[in-house]
Amino acid sequence: MNNGHSSLRHERPVKTLYHYGAIYKVRQNRNHDSGMSAPGSDPDGRMQRAVVLERKNGSNLLVHLRGKWQLGHDMPSSSIVAKELSAQAKPVRIGFETSELTGWDSALISFLVETYDLCQAHGIEHDRSGLPAGIRRLVELAEAVPEKQGARAVPKRIPFFERVGDLAIDYVSAITHSLGFIGDTAVALSGLVRRTARYRTVDLMQNISDCGPSAVGIVTLISFLVGVILAFMGAVQLQQFGASIYVADLVGIGMLREMGAMMTAIIMSGRTGAAFAAQIGTMKVTQEVDALTTMGISPFQFLVLPRVIALVLMMPLLCLFSDLMGILGGAFVGVGMLGLSFTNYMRETIHALSLTNLALGVIKATAYGALIAMAGCLRGFQCGNSSSAVGDAATRAVVSSIVLVVVACGLFAFVTNLLGI
Amino acid sequence: MAETGGQVAQSSMAEPHIIVRDLTMAYGSFVLMRDLNFTVRHGDIFIIMGGSGCGKSTLLRHLIGLVEPAKGEILYGNVNFTKADESQRAVLLRRFGVLYQGGALWSSMTLAENVALPLAEFTDLTPPQLREIASLKLALVGLKGFEDFYPSQISGGMQKRAGLARAVALDPEVLFFDEPSAGLDPISSRLLDDLILEIRASLGATIVVVTHELASLFAIGNNSVFLDAESRTMIASGDPKVLLETSTNPTVRKFLTRGEDQNGAHVHA
Repeated sequence: MNNGHSSLRHERPVKTLYHYGAIYKVRQNRNHDSGMSAPGSDPDGRMQRAVVLERKNGSNLLVHLRGKWQLGHDMPSSSIVAKELSAQAKPVRIGFETSELTGWDSALISFLVETYDLCQAHGIEHDRSGLPAGIRRLVELAEAVPEKQGARAVPKRIPFFERVGDLAIDYVSAITHSLGFIGDTAVALSGLVRRTARYRTVDLMQNISDCGPSAVGIVTLISFLVGVILAFMGAVQLQQFGASIYVADLVGIGMLREMGAMMTAIIMSGRTGAAFAAQIGTMKVTQEVDALTTMGISPFQFLVLPRVIALVLMMPLLCLFSDLMGILGGAFVGVGMLGLSFTNYMRETIHALSLTNLALGVIKATAYGALIAMAGCLRGFQCGNSSSAVGDAATRAVVSSIVLVVVACGLFAFVTNLLGI
Repeated sequence: MAETGGQVAQSSMAEPHIIVRDLTMAYGSFVLMRDLNFTVRHGDIFIIMGGSGCGKSTLLRHLIGLVEPAKGEILYGNVNFTKADESQRAVLLRRFGVLYQGGALWSSMTLAENVALPLAEFTDLTPPQLREIASLKLALVGLKGFEDFYPSQISGGMQKRAGLARAVALDPEVLFFDEPSAGLDPISSRLLDDLILEIRASLGATIVVVTHELASLFAIGNNSVFLDAESRTMIASGDPKVLLETSTNPTVRKFLTRGEDQNGAHVHA
């Protein structure tokens, strides 16, 4: 509540009063200057926290500590002492006077340790005899163990080229690691073919349930809306030619070839890819992955296989479902806005669609599923050893899988175009 | 404890089980420990001790093959673990039991499933038999009746004991413990020590324990290595009780006497 005043107090120029020539006082008391009422922490309003500096015989600096020193906002800093040391002739000794000190905690200790450091730097004696015994002991305790050499991190500037080089090396090692992971997964999958792979059927079923049926709701919603959006977009243009019925073609082909697989992939990246990374990452943090390894069970077979298999099995099904929902979304617009009959819309859709389009979408979805599952597991295995690392792993899993999906989509488009499919 | 002393004298005649030669542990270019040379004999309870952050757990991770040594080698009997190929390593791993610091139980499985998994992987037991053995192992660590609990439903001390049940599921020849008493109250910690002695007596396993719990390391250890973070190498080895009496190294003395060595003065470490 007295925040607004704090800057005032420290920045106000100190007032110097001369008495008897040799003794002068440096006062910094805002009540005295401005007539402001004391802020509320102090019951009687007079004993507020203050530092008053007093010179004695020119060579001694007496620091009066007053009021209640407690951690909180509006903390006095040792800067006024520092200012005094650099502004005036340097004192030989700093002493303290605490008769008006009404309470203290670490706030005061920190102030005293700071002034001690200042004294060390200026070669001034730090006389603590005026301090209460409890404070003296704590200050001494804080200084008892000398700072460990080299423990403090020295901020150093890394030259530009070194940074670029480091990044490049990191990048190469990340790629090597990813390739190694793909290799390990391939080996694990080959174990599946040779029937030597070991994973629990329960885990596979659990994963299938997690990334299949549980995702139906969100896939329904998103796909329906995507169908609606496609239909709206097409309708605006096609209506100009009186060709509204072709909205059905647009939505049908769009959903089957691209959007069904793509939207499902993006939903599953955010939903399942992130979950895979977080699950495996957490297992790394809690050493559950280590426990598998030292038990002679391959974490690749045990953790990656059920996840990859589950997603590869579920993605095509979700994609088909998404296609259907998208077409229904298109029909919703066609019937509701364009005045087409549902039967007409569906007849036009069926007429437009081919098995090639359907198969292409399903193949893409399967490939996306493998990419998402592997990116999720890879990021999980790369997870560091803290809870924040798990969050990072999940984020990186989503980013990687979406990038991979979009890149794969581009490749598919290129290849299908080349082949004229 | 006098009885343990007797066993120690006998086991000191036993042949080497784990031999560590010139081991250097490093993270990238940062060398954590170098020139580690020690031997763990059959039936030893071997303590890896040292101050916090000196690399005790990392040494354990080297011993169980989770981290590859930067230099040097680790031998189990006649088999060079560091240079072993995959199949040799798998055979060795099957004889290990590891109790991790937090228990590291697989959180998606019940306690019984946790204990039964290694059995299911490496034996041809039928599910009812697996269940029976898992119940038995859980009963051994005082968790009878908790078969169908998930790790998140039981306390930290119980998780640790369940982890122990899993570690001994395959009746291992070598058991590794990473800070077994960390996070346990003094009584549970004492019970765990008793359990460790019990397992050594009944299974005849060699046991390697990472700990800095003085009461525990004096109670169970009969051989040890002391890692020093300052000089980045081992500075003492042998029976901790003997080290307490004979070691002249100030760091070791300070550690083993809780810094109260020499005039009982309290030393800040």
